[in-house]
Order: sequence, then C-alpha cells, then structure tokens
Amino acid sequence: MDYDVLIIGAGMAGLAAGIRLAYYDKRVCIVERHHRVGGLNSFYSIGRRRFDVGLHAMTNYVPKSVKLAPLPKLLRQLKLKAEDFALCPQRMSVVKFPNKTLRFNNDFGFFVQEVVEDFPGQADNFQKLLKTISEYDELDLHAKPLSAREVVSSIIPDPLLIDMIFCPLMFYGNAQENDMEFGQFVIMFKSIFKEGFARPQAGVRQILDVLVKKYKSCGGELRMKCGVRSLKCADGRVESILLENGEVLTAERILSSAGYVETMKLLTDHSSSNLNCRAGQLSFVESILVLNKEPAEMGYNTTITFYSNSDRLGYRKPDQLIDVSSGVICCPNNFQFENPLPEGMLRITNLANFDLWNRLSEEDYRAQKAACLETTLKEVVKFVPDFRDSIIFTDIFTPKTIHRFTGRINGAVYGTPAKIKTGNTHLDNLFICGTDQGFLGIVGAMLSGISMANLHVLQKT
Amino acid sequence: MTKEQIKATILEIIAQIIPDEDLSNLKGDIPIREQVELDSMDFLDIIMELRKRYGIEVPENDYVQLATLDGSAAYLEPRMKKL
Repeated sequence: MDYDVLIIGAGMAGLAAGIRLAYYDKRVCIVERHHRVGGLNSFYSIGRRRFDVGLHAMTNYVPKSVKLAPLPKLLRQLKLKAEDFALCPQRMSVVKFPNKTLRFNNDFGFFVQEVVEDFPGQADNFQKLLKTISEYDELDLHAKPLSAREVVSSIIPDPLLIDMIFCPLMFYGNAQENDMEFGQFVIMFKSIFKEGFARPQAGVRQILDVLVKKYKSCGGELRMKCGVRSLKCADGRVESILLENGEVLTAERILSSAGYVETMKLLTDHSSSNLNCRAGQLSFVESILVLNKEPAEMGYNTTITFYSNSDRLGYRKPDQLIDVSSGVICCPNNFQFENPLPEGMLRITNLANFDLWNRLSEEDYRAQKAACLETTLKEVVKFVPDFRDSIIFTDIFTPKTIHRFTGRINGAVYGTPAKIKTGNTHLDNLFICGTDQGFLGIVGAMLSGISMANLHVLQKT
Repeated sequence: MTKEQIKATILEIIAQIIPDEDLSNLKGDIPIREQVELDSMDFLDIIMELRKRYGIEVPENDYVQLATLDGSAAYLEPRMKKL
C-alpha cells in the first residue's frame, strides 16, 4: 500500500482530517485537483486585489475562555492555538425584512433581547425554542431526520419570526429548499446566534495557511493539480485510485471531501441512474464590489445584512438566473480589526439557477452577469446606504464558476440535502467527509474532517 | 513503568490536551471526564497519544477501561511493564 489514508480534496475538511492522521503517524496523502487549496472556501486574485470565495465570516466564534464549543474543540484536535486563526469579532449583523429588523452580535443575550422587544407576544415561545435547541443532541450521528419548520412552527406560531430566524441559517449552510433538517438547524442556530461571527484580517488565507503548514509539519503529503479520475472497486472495497495524470495509487482507506454524488461518480462500478436525484440544487451568484471608501464612512457599520423584501422567505432554486428578493450583504471591513483593510468592499450573495447560467453562450453569459449585477444593486440599496457611486471595481461569480473550480454538481455549495452523517458508503474503506457529511460552515467542515478521521481511521487501527 | 508512573504519564498527556485545567485534585477512582472538561474527542487523544509515544494499541472496545486514572493504570500496567 502506498498510503494508510488517501484524502480527496484539500479543503477545510480534507486538511483537518489530514492533520489528525499525519499527527498520529499515519501515512497520508491529500490529492487536490485545483492549483490552490480551500475548495469551497478559497481565494483568488485579479490584479493586485485578492478576494475570498466562500468565507463571509467564520461562524462559531467564542472567546478564548470558552472551552466546550466547536471552535475550541477543533483547535484542540488540530493542536492549534486560538491565536493561530487571528480571528477578529464582528461588529453587528442584522436580519432585515420589510417591516422588522433583528440585530445580533456575538453576545447571545443581545439577540434574545431583540427578539423579545420586536416580538413581545412570542417571548415565552422563543424561550421554549431555546430550551428545545439546547436539549437537542445535534452531534448524534444516528438521529432521525426531522423537519426544522415543523419543529419550530409547533413552538412559535408567528411565521414572520420563524422566517427571520431561518434566513441567516439557511443562507449560511442549508442544502435543502425551503426547509432544513432540525439537527442542521440546531448546528446553524448555535454557530450563528449563540456563538457568532469573526474573520481573520487576512481572510480565508489565514486559516488555510495555518492548516497547510500544520499538515506538512506533521509529515503529511499534499499533491496539488492532482485530480482523481476514478476509484477502482473490487470485493466491496476501493482497490486503487487512478489519478488524472495516469498514475495509480493504493491506500488502506479513502476519505473523500469531493461530495457524495461526486465521489460515487468516480467509482468504476457506479450506476448513475439514482444518483442525480441526490445532487444538491442550491447555488449562488456572488457580486463583489470594491469601493473607494470604507462603508463606515457612508454610515454603514453592519457586518452582515441578511435581507428579504417579502415577509415570506423564498429559499429555493429560482426559475430565473438570479433571485434578488432575498440575499446576504457582507461587509468584510466591518469586523473589529486592528488596522483597516486596504479598500472598502461589499459582497452580495443571491440564490441562482445553475442550469440557466450553464446554458448561456459566452457572450450572453457576460451580458447577463452585468445585467444581474445592476438588478442586484438596485435591490440591495433598499437595505444598505446607496453606495453605487463609490464602486471602483466589480467581479461576479456564478454557479457555473463554482462548478468549474470546485467540481460541485450544479455548483451546489452546500452539497446534497441528504447528508451522510456517519460518513459510510457501500464500500468498506471509502468514507465521506466535509459538506456532504453534514457539519456545515468552515468550522463545521473542519470538525467533519476531524470526526471522520477519528471515527473511521484512528479508532479502528 | 509502575502504576504510579503510568498515572503520571496520563496526567501529563491530559495536561498537554487541556493546558489550562487544574489536574492536581483529580481522583483516581472517579471517571476523568466527570472531573475535568474533557470531551470524547479529547479522550480519544489520550489513547492516540499512548500509541504515538509508546506504540500501545488500545482496541475500541477497551476504551471504557481507561475512564478512570486507576482503571488506566490497571489496564496499562501489563502493557507498559517493559517501558
């Protein structure tokens, strides 16, 4: 055998799994198809400007004194210090609907107060919801899936409050249209409202650099521009790995962070008939706007604005290129940094339809990007100060871009709605980690890699 | 290693995993996880560290035997005698 473990994908999950395994002396290799690490949370440059993909804010932020929460847990597991990620907390975020605004920051008591003040009739019910959330074991890998909408609406009868609570949780990590699994809801609720947002001054690269450095210092091997062409199966196992460059590798076990359906399609014995229906459908357009001043100079101090122009949140694949009726506006400047970022910036995320984008000719594709940007801007200035005169540079990426760089079917950033929590596949030595295993967000992805490395490798050998 | 040395080693490993915790009053006959803030993932690292340092394999079914310090010493003594 060439390796004890081969990991497909050098994103947050793959790198975290790799660190665990390499630290405990496994012979491990991560193969990454792209020339850059990060997967769904990566970065790119245009000219001298560098942009993050994925990361708006890191969720799950807790101060250093908190010990039993996902972030400190993963730092301990990866043998990293809290300082390594250099996280700076957010200022203030909001959920804005036509007639209501709920603010939240990294102090959970503040959010509870906001809900009580804005929805006085629901104060007791909200407390009941909090109790239900804190009593639920969201990390139970064998829990029966429940509809979060059913659970929450049985406690809170006000549809507006329900949709305002769901809005950030869905936009930041839900693979399912309109509803979400209750365990996912609990994970997201805790990571966003109970814990909070933070960002390293240097963005996602800070996190990735730390992970890569740690992985390599533990003796892990990382192969870039090294895609997997197929996984050869025999006797219920993956026997060997054929790389795109023609090389064949063997490994005792394989952890794939490429996505469930994406991984199944690599198997030499796969039957694609029932696979496509499991693929995720939800993707996004992100508009990145560089400004000639800090948004704070326009009186905008909010870190993240989650908006909906209707009282009912429509979280589904749109039947047009883009749905600007709801979305997320992130201001990377508005974190508590020691020094300001070099330029003002806003990033706007809206639901989008992969098939429609994918079908466009190159010329139409470019024209539609420009047209969608204009529509987006016209909508979001109803929720933030009109910054359109300050724009000095724009870039837009679409579901098609996401698909091209991450290999995700439909550019579905949150993967399949049917999560594989145990990580098991029908093959004895092939396991799923990352987005499709089901712990979402950057912290979730890393915890997924850690848990799957623990469960399927370290505890077994 | 003697039982006492084994206990000292386990304590040192725990201190490495959770450096801020006070371990001076840890009782040998009460599960470690009831006395300090150690989750199941941290607990796994005690076992992983024993393997990394001394090459000791603890099968998954035997993890429960390491729940207390005394239990760990009793379980590990025959396996660490020659170290």
